[in-house]
Parts: sequence; C-alpha cells; structure tokens
Amino acid sequence: MAIIEAPDSAPLALPSGGTVAPHQALGVFSRPGQSKGWRSWITSVDHKRVGVLYGASAILFFLIGGMEALLIRLQLVHANGTVLNAAQYNQVFTMHGITMIFLVVMPLGAAFMNYLMPLQVGARDVAFPRLNAFSFWCFLFGGLFLNSSWFLGGAPDGGWFAYAPNTNPIFSPSHGMDFYAIGLLITGIASTVGAINLVVTVINLRAPGMSLMKMPVFTWMGFVTQLLIVFAMPVITVALFLLLFDRNFGANFFNVKAGADPLLWQHLFWLFGHPEVYILILPSFGIISETIPVFSRKPIFGYPFMVFSGIAIGFMGWGVWAHHMFASGVGPLSVAAFSVTTMFIAVPTGVKILNWVATMYGGKLTFTTSMKFSVGLVGMFTIGGLSGVTHAVSPSDLQQTDTYYIVAHFHYVIFGGALLGFFAGMYFWWPKVFGYKLSEKLGSWHFWLILIGMNLTFGPMHIVGLQGQPRRTYTYNKGYGFDFWNMIETIGAFIIALAVLVFLVNVFSSRAKAKREHITVGNDPWDARSLEWMVPNPTPAHNFDEVPVVAHLDEFWHRKYGEDENGRPVRVKATDDVVQAGDPTGVHLPSPSYWPIVIAASLPLIGYGIIFNLGFAALGGFVLFLGIYGLGLEPSMDPDAAHPHDDHGGHDDTHDDAPAAADDEESHEEVTASE
Amino acid sequence: MSDVAIHHDPKPGEHGWTQTGVSNEKLGMWVFLGSECLLFGGLISTYMLYKGTALKGPKPHDLYDIPFTSVSSFVLLMSSMTMVLALSAIQRGDHQRCRVWLATTALLGATFISGQVYEFTSFVKEGMGYTTNTAASSFYTLTGFHGVHVSLGIVMLMSLFMMSVRGRLPQEKSEVVEIVGLYWHFVDVVWILIFTVVYLIP
Repeated sequence: MAIIEAPDSAPLALPSGGTVAPHQALGVFSRPGQSKGWRSWITSVDHKRVGVLYGASAILFFLIGGMEALLIRLQLVHANGTVLNAAQYNQVFTMHGITMIFLVVMPLGAAFMNYLMPLQVGARDVAFPRLNAFSFWCFLFGGLFLNSSWFLGGAPDGGWFAYAPNTNPIFSPSHGMDFYAIGLLITGIASTVGAINLVVTVINLRAPGMSLMKMPVFTWMGFVTQLLIVFAMPVITVALFLLLFDRNFGANFFNVKAGADPLLWQHLFWLFGHPEVYILILPSFGIISETIPVFSRKPIFGYPFMVFSGIAIGFMGWGVWAHHMFASGVGPLSVAAFSVTTMFIAVPTGVKILNWVATMYGGKLTFTTSMKFSVGLVGMFTIGGLSGVTHAVSPSDLQQTDTYYIVAHFHYVIFGGALLGFFAGMYFWWPKVFGYKLSEKLGSWHFWLILIGMNLTFGPMHIVGLQGQPRRTYTYNKGYGFDFWNMIETIGAFIIALAVLVFLVNVFSSRAKAKREHITVGNDPWDARSLEWMVPNPTPAHNFDEVPVVAHLDEFWHRKYGEDENGRPVRVKATDDVVQAGDPTGVHLPSPSYWPIVIAASLPLIGYGIIFNLGFAALGGFVLFLGIYGLGLEPSMDPDAAHPHDDHGGHDDTHDDAPAAADDEESHEEVTASE
Repeated sequence: MSDVAIHHDPKPGEHGWTQTGVSNEKLGMWVFLGSECLLFGGLISTYMLYKGTALKGPKPHDLYDIPFTSVSSFVLLMSSMTMVLALSAIQRGDHQRCRVWLATTALLGATFISGQVYEFTSFVKEGMGYTTNTAASSFYTLTGFHGVHVSLGIVMLMSLFMMSVRGRLPQEKSEVVEIVGLYWHFVDVVWILIFTVVYLIP
C-alpha cells in the first residue's frame, strides 16, 4: 500500500504495487478449513501429518514388497519350483527391489526426517509446508503408478538396476520398464523437492543458539541424506530420461547396434546408486544415535566424530560407484582405484560402530524394545559391512558377483541396518507421535522373531552364494546342493512375516488399549535428551509455544539435569517444568491446501499418457499447469482463516498476505523445473 | 526491503525469520540449482561420450553453424543483463521499467529459442534426425533439455510480468524477481558451458 505509483506517470496505465490478493486463487477451490476427517489429511501441510502419512504409506508398500519376497522364497524353496514361471519371477523380484528401496526404506526415512527434523531444530514447520505435502502425494502416486503396472500389461522385469541395453524393447517388450522409468521419475521429483525443503529447513530454521555442532545426530544424518538426495537424484533422472527416450522415441543411447556404449547406463545408474545406499542407511544411523544415548543414560560418545564420519560417508559415497561394475570390464586401473576407495569408506562406518559401542560402554543400559532394535542394528550392520569389505577385494568380488552372497550382503545392511533402525525409531518415538507407547511385550516378540528370521533368511545366502547359486534366476536344479539352505531361507522369510504381523497387532492392540484404559504416556517417557521432547505428547499442531533458545547439544537433558561436584548428573528441574504447555496462543500456522494433491495427481496422468495415449498426457499437463498456478497464487496463510487466538489486531493487512508471493514463484519454479 | 513502510522484523518462530538471514525461498532456489548442475552434468557427460561416435549419418560437428550460434548465444547473454536491469528497477520501485525489462528478457529468451528451433530444423533437413545416430540423440537431448529450461524461464518471466500488470508484484516482493533471476542466470551459465564444450571444442 505504501507504494502506489502516480497513475499519470504511467503511459501504459497499468496498475501496480497493491497487495490485495483474491482470497480464492483461481476460484476453483474454497480454502479447506477442517482439522479432522479425511479431508484434513489430504489437505494438510503440517510436517507431522505429512510424516505420519509417509510412514503409513511406506508400511503399506512394505506389506506389498514383503508378499513379493514371500513369493520369491516360495518359488525357491525346492529345486525346479513351479510357483512362478521365469517371466513372473523377473517381475516379482524386480518389483520387490523397487518397492523396498524406493517405496519403503526411502519414505520411511522421509517419515522420520519430516516429523523429527523440524522438531529437533526447534522449528514450527519445514521451510515450504505446501511443497512438503506435494512431495508426499507425489511419492504416493508414483508408488501407486508403479504398482498399477501389474494390471496394465506386466510389471517392470529388468531388475531394480534396469541394466540397459537389457531393458530395451527387444529384451523387455512389455510396458513394464516404461512404468519403471516414469514411476521413478515421479518419486524422484518427490524426493528432490522434499530434500530441498529439509536442507533449507536445517540451514535456515534452526532455533536461536543452535549452531550446526549443537544439532542432534539424527538431524545431522538427515541433513547429509537430504544433500545426497539433492545431488544424486538428478543423475538417475538423466539415466531414466535416456532410457525412456530410447524405448519410446527411438533414441540411440543404449542401442548397441548403433554403436552405443553398454556401460553408459551402469555408470549413470551406480553414480546415483551408491549414494543411494547411504541415503537408505544414514537416517537409521541417525535414529540409533538418538536411542542408544537415551537408553545408556550417557551422552553420545565422540559427537564430532559421529558428525564428521557421517559427512565423510556422504562425500566418499560418490567415489565408489564402480565397485558395482568390477565384473563388467571397466579396466584394471578403475578396478584398483575403486577397490581402494571402497575399502576406505569402511573407515568412517567403523568409526560410527565404535562410537555406538563406546556410548554403551559403562552406561546404565535399559533394554527396551527400541534399544534391542538399536543394538540389533549395530550387530547386523557390522556383519553386512564386513561382507561388504570382501566385495571391495576385486578378485574375491569376481567370484561373488551375481551370486546370493551379494544378496546376503545387501539384505544385512538394508534389512539388518536400515529397517531395524526404523523399528528402533518407531518404538522410541511412537509416544511422541501418537501419545501412547507400543507394548514392550509384543515388541520383544517382534524383535526376537525378526532377528531370528532375518538371520535364517539371509545368513544361509552367504553359503549358497559362495557355492555358486546365481541371483536373479528363477530356479535351480536338483543336485546342486542348494536345496537345504534354500528351505531354511524360506522358513526364515516366513518367520519375518510373522514378526511383521506381530508388529501390526502391536500397533492396533496398543492403540485400543490406550483408548480403552485412557492411558497417557506423560511428556517424557524415556527421560530423553533432544528438543522434540520439550513439547507435549502427542506433539501439538504448532510444535513450540515459544521457540527455545538453545545453549547445549542435548538441550532438553541439560534443562532437566545439572552436575554435582563429581560431575554426576543431578536432577535440577522436574520434566513438567521444562516441557512447554502446548498453548497455541499467538501462533500462525500455514493453512491447508488442495493444490499439492492436485499437482501430484497430474503426474501419473502424464505418465499413462506417454505409455498409452497422449490424450491423458494433455489432460495431465493441463491439470499440472492449473495446479502450479493455483498453488503459486494462493497465499500460504489464508487471510480468511479464523485465528482463534488472534493477537495482532493492530497490524495492517499487508502483513497477512506478505508471505504469499514470496512462496509463489518459488514453488512453481521448483515443480516445473524439476520435471 | 528496508525502505518499505510497513515492515516489522520477524522474531524466531515467526514466518519469515531465518537463522542465516537469507530467505527460505532464495536458499531453496540455490539448493535446487545445485541439483540442476548434476542434471546437466549427466547430460553433458553423455554427449561427450557419444560426440565422436556415429555409425551412419552426419555428426553434430559436421553441421554446426558457429557464427549463427554465436549470435544466438550473445542474445541469451544479453538477456542476463536485462534481467539484472529488471531487478534493479523493481528494487527502486520503478514498476514501469521493471515490466519493460522483464518483457525484454522474455523476448530475448524467445529469440534464443527460435534460433534453436531453426537450428534443429536445418540439422534435420541436412540429414541428422533424433534417431540417426548416438551423437545426434545425445546432442538433441542435451540442447533440448536446455531449451526446455529456457522456455520454463520465459513462462516464469511472463508470469512475473502479468503479476506486475495486475498489481501483485509490489516493491517489497522484489525478491521474487531476484529468485527468478537466479534461475535465469543459471540457465545462461549452463549455455556458456554447452556452447564451449559442445560447439567450440572440436
């Protein structure tokens, strides 16, 4: 309002400078205002709800991917199995890999990072709340798009690594690999937008006093993970586009007949693929770096080493990709160089393991379910890490390549590492998210079953792998000596399935019990250390009543405990005096919005259009265009929304929509430009 | 921002407060551009791998019209200057000039794109289609991706222009222009790289 031009100086007579915005952008939707019911979930921009949605969808996909795993194990239980034929087996093992990596482990990490990182840095939300919601819907629709391929002519069948030229239309004639390329492009947009969001959140929205070296280790690992996503995703985006253009528009990137280099795909894919494995594992490393100190009642051992080893892994992860290609003929120099870098990257990982053990050493250990899973991670990941070092030795790797030994290795690190860490995190933060604890008794069953199950399933794979059982192969003959161990593996797989069932029962029964008996968990069930516990359980929508001023690593702990003259911790304040009251007075939150889900829904439409009929793509493009402008022109805080405790009546209304346009262009650029 | 009448500095936890003093939107754009570097890195590497390999048909290097591309590169570079002028205009509160420079930037961008369309058409006429050989596929994909980026930039510029016309781009939101400018300059810088690596180095 302060800057209205004199109209007579404007020969074109264009108005300018006003800040009055129409409250219904494009007039399509009225602004959603519900706080309960399904509509409140699909329009929510609250990082906590988005986190819960990520987690719930990931568990749904986990069940699907788990069924695929059971099918694989049923097929391989005997020699010459007949449960699946070769073509079906290819689809099932491909979708198992894609689902578990892109639709389970990555989004589970995203669930924890979305929920916890803003809380741990003392922020009220992420930097771009609506883009955060967009990321989630984009991931969900990408995942559904990938899985819809089962019903539309066959799922991808070229492996999650999709080695071209093996995935050219000649060898993979169904639409499966198109679903793969487009589906991963869509989930890639989700990851990239989400990563930009969280990187900015960590850099910009840390509470006053929280320097980088006072951030909790989980947030640090999340930060490194998100940076890896920011830089790794565009590489696979390139590879996927090239594959898509080859398959659909006759380009020659992987067409060996036209002189293409068959290693191009492998280089692009693994340049993404190796940072990707650290994207999968680092969030779990972060999780147990939070749980182990709490249940050992000691601060994390060697915090700076923990942080810098995480950063080191993040950097070195870019220099090891060709160890996936030792058998492809990259040449002795490359093999030697990448052998060395691969052995070297075990060092920062070893530092972490040492630090966890040293944190527990001399601590007052409490073996809650969360702690059991954390210690389980340390043990199982170490096994997977050691077999990983054996791959670094290239002569030995040439024997192991394409056998079940490799399968054993990456299941020990992804299942025994990432997934156990996520379960540790779920048992630990469940009261924070939902306000009640999961049953420790069922949790114990869950842990022991999964530990036994995974060792029975993946342990024998080392043996049959070294005996030469090839991976990615739908059957084996009698008399090779694989029968016994394969039977054990299948039994193990069903024990894992039982463990997952116990977990689901635990979720529902604990919830019912908490409701029935009105159990409240209190504000600090574990005597925890970091900032997220400074707000009541479950977390109120606005997070912090007042943004805390941080003076220490483990700020919450330091507010509860002081030291006596011998340096031992002494309670100085009761928990309830430290935890905030949960009073939203004076807090303005970003308003919910329909646009994120609308924009996300347009992307699978475009995908179907490219595969089947360009008409869908045109429709999808139109919705995308409309959605981006809708989101861009809509103020991020609804000026019409009633603020129950509105305390700033004295303000000019410029203030109310000032955030709008700042978000505007930004959001629409990111979305358009990252496609 | 400081010369705007009604402006109060946000406190921690309020919208607009940041630890670094750089706004979320601007930082987000920087991170996004970092990500884009790897996208073009991948595409340029693919082109470098394939630029000399063609089992049939002409290679891009046989067809380049360096004087023509130099002129269109110059046009794109000039658009970075007009982008800066647009930003400086809106920071001064001169909406008239801001609109003029935004439109000029978009027009220069469009000129560049027209040049690219002309170049592609003439290459196809000379026998180098998208599917002719590996070098052709990688050349068209790389420059095509860049062209799409420029086109999206033009759409953003036109959106800013329309926002300004409809009075929704006041001086205190000049940062929006700055952020679009970051994107625009990035796309220009990428073109300098492409022009050097793809066209000039044999």
